[in-house]
Amino acid sequence: MEKIIIDAKGMHYTPLNRQIRQAVAAGIKEIEIKNVLGQRFIANGLRGDVKITIYGIPGGDLCMFMNGPECTVYGDCEHAPGNTMDGGMIIVHGSAGDAVAHSMRGGKVYIRDNIGYRGGIHMKEYESKKPILVIGGSCHAFLGEYMAGGLILVLGIGLQSPINDRGIGSGIHGGEIIIRGNVDDRLLGIGSRKVEFNENDLRRISPLIEDFCSKFNIDPNPLMDTNYTHIVPSSSRPFADKYTWE
Amino acid sequence: MTLGSVPLRYKVSIDRDQCMQCMRCVDNCSYGVYRVEGDNILIDSRKCTACHRCISMCPRDAIILQERPVDYRSHPLWTAQTREDIINQARTGKILLAGMGNALEYPIIFDRLVLDACQVTNPSIDPLREPMELRTYIGKKPARLEFRKNDQGDVELATELAPNLKLETPIMIGHMSYGAISLNTQLSLAKAVKAMGTFMGTGEGGMHKSLHPYQDHTIVQVASGRFGVDIDYLERGAAIEIKIGQGAKPGIGGHLPGEKVCVDVSCTRMIPLGSDAISPAPHHDIYSIEDLAQLVRSLKEATEWKKPVFVKIAAVHNVAAIAAGIARSSADAVVIDGFRGGTGAAPKVFRDNVGIPIEAAIAAVDQKLNDQGIRNEVSIIASGGIRNSADLAKSIALGADAVYIGTAALIALGCRVCGNCYRGLCPWGIATQRQDLVERIDPDIGAKNVANLIHAWTLELSELMGAAGLNSIESLRGNRDRLRGYMLDEGLMKVLNVKPVGA
Ligand code: SF4
Ligand code: SF4
Repeated sequence: MEKIIIDAKGMHYTPLNRQIRQAVAAGIKEIEIKNVLGQRFIANGLRGDVKITIYGIPGGDLCMFMNGPECTVYGDCEHAPGNTMDGGMIIVHGSAGDAVAHSMRGGKVYIRDNIGYRGGIHMKEYESKKPILVIGGSCHAFLGEYMAGGLILVLGIGLQSPINDRGIGSGIHGGEIIIRGNVDDRLLGIGSRKVEFNENDLRRISPLIEDFCSKFNIDPNPLMDTNYTHIVPSSSRPFADKYTWE
Repeated sequence: MTLGSVPLRYKVSIDRDQCMQCMRCVDNCSYGVYRVEGDNILIDSRKCTACHRCISMCPRDAIILQERPVDYRSHPLWTAQTREDIINQARTGKILLAGMGNALEYPIIFDRLVLDACQVTNPSIDPLREPMELRTYIGKKPARLEFRKNDQGDVELATELAPNLKLETPIMIGHMSYGAISLNTQLSLAKAVKAMGTFMGTGEGGMHKSLHPYQDHTIVQVASGRFGVDIDYLERGAAIEIKIGQGAKPGIGGHLPGEKVCVDVSCTRMIPLGSDAISPAPHHDIYSIEDLAQLVRSLKEATEWKKPVFVKIAAVHNVAAIAAGIARSSADAVVIDGFRGGTGAAPKVFRDNVGIPIEAAIAAVDQKLNDQGIRNEVSIIASGGIRNSADLAKSIALGADAVYIGTAALIALGCRVCGNCYRGLCPWGIATQRQDLVERIDPDIGAKNVANLIHAWTLELSELMGAAGLNSIESLRGNRDRLRGYMLDEGLMKVLNVKPVGA
């Protein structure tokens, strides 16, 4: 048996996760979960090579600590999908709440529409592990705050200005934030600065744009130019200058 | 205008008649106090931190160290330290950082509490003859037990028990991360807790692979930076601790400077070499008590509800109400860190002025949980300035289930509380990543010293209990009737719920 279907209607998250884990342990490669309504922690700490498809609205901390699986959601997500995620992928056909990809250290999170506050906060990278968060629409304040590594890409598809909220990259000391179109200077947080977005950068991120668009059936061509704002840390030691020793 | 230099903090001199020119002081000082020129040992006292490494190594007791050899005009308000802090900040315009715990002279409540002993009316117990039950379980206890009869007619427990940690003595070692302290220090602590049947915290920042053989005796930590936290790490620990706050710096985050992020630390924390490791002030996925409950449950769900989850907070004004919230969050233990808790580095204004003493915090939390009928939901672990077995016994009598020690365990490894941990040059090989210094600790010998300390306190605790006519730790826990306040004010005695001496 390669694929199973779980009906999550009225089910608590613990038995749901137990079923998922048992299925993965039994070698199942595809799990479809129907009627999801607010169950938190789905695929929490899950490892392995499995594709999970969720129909409905999962609760908070979807795929937290997950390492490996690919999880597609047909619906919106609550608080912090991809929280402290280690590897694998989340694809959300909808929007998500606050703290998306919080402290994520590897893998990819794609959100088709919008996210709330503190998206990609404190994402970090190490050696080959480089977390990526792509947002098709817009987001609220403190995007990429304290960011220590990885990439956040905001495409603002169909929007005049993708972000109108402040504190972008405040305290950022690693990684990069790329936002479609122009971003007003006053929206940048302390410790972040803009640099030029050039053809090389475009070449670097175009496979990512294509991959994102392919998941949601979006035409990538209108996004393939250098009309992006590139935000990076002004220092890898943002607080080094604040202190003196007794 | 230049402010010039401030007077020497310490003055080092060598009794040249005693000295045999063995050069051990020169070799041992990592701060560069000693220098050899020809046949002569030159001394630069300004570099001295009073770590005592040279003094402890000198075969002739030839080294003399004097604190504050230059007097200021004495003044009760404008102490030397206040004046020097102002000079420093006038020069730099920056936040003052300082090491180790609270250095202000607040009264120590422990020293104003006295323990009880039996005389005549009920006999004391001799721990040599009678077994003393010190075994402590950390975690949720069921409010009631249910039983059922099985097919054979035997009675079985029907209540499902929550996972607990089993401690052979109510002393654990608190969280000190790899990065803040050296690998050999962590290894010494790990071997010691394993030998003594207790546990140690790994601190924020992952678990080095050399610690894997001791993982069943570790409590892994999830702090706001989430450094080194992945599912593998969570599964290794015997328990998981969410660090919300720390007694030495309540309300603010942490910051491991890039200089301390060497290859091994970088790998354990999973961050790039030389980059600053910044732990934000709050967990940015916890902005409320409901969010905390969500993280507690998320950690439990990720580890299939097999491990107790602790929540550590700094002892602050509302500690009791906060602990009551934690008790309702599915957490299994609340760790309270008093304002004397140690640290490698903290802003001095926080270290010395924010938070409350652990004694009052234990009593307030124990009382509140009892009043609300949820004391069984969480264990209380007290930390922050536990110096000896008396502090341990008093903490338990005030309501703690167990304590975490930190500084005391480091002193057992050589630390002399010099407060210069942040410089990464600890001559004892503790707060450093410099290989030649780290090698000064032999983990087998270090483990023996730390285990000796825990063993000695455990013996003293049994004696104290025996003298009070108690043969099990449960009978001491929260037994404030066995405490009396000596020269404590009425308000504080009310908080502690103890009577004055003589009453
Ligand atoms: S360690 Fe003592 S005896 Fe040896 S050189 Fe130094 S002061 Fe002299
Ligand atoms: S651990 Fe810190 S306080 Fe202790 S001796 Fe080393 S540097 Fe000094």
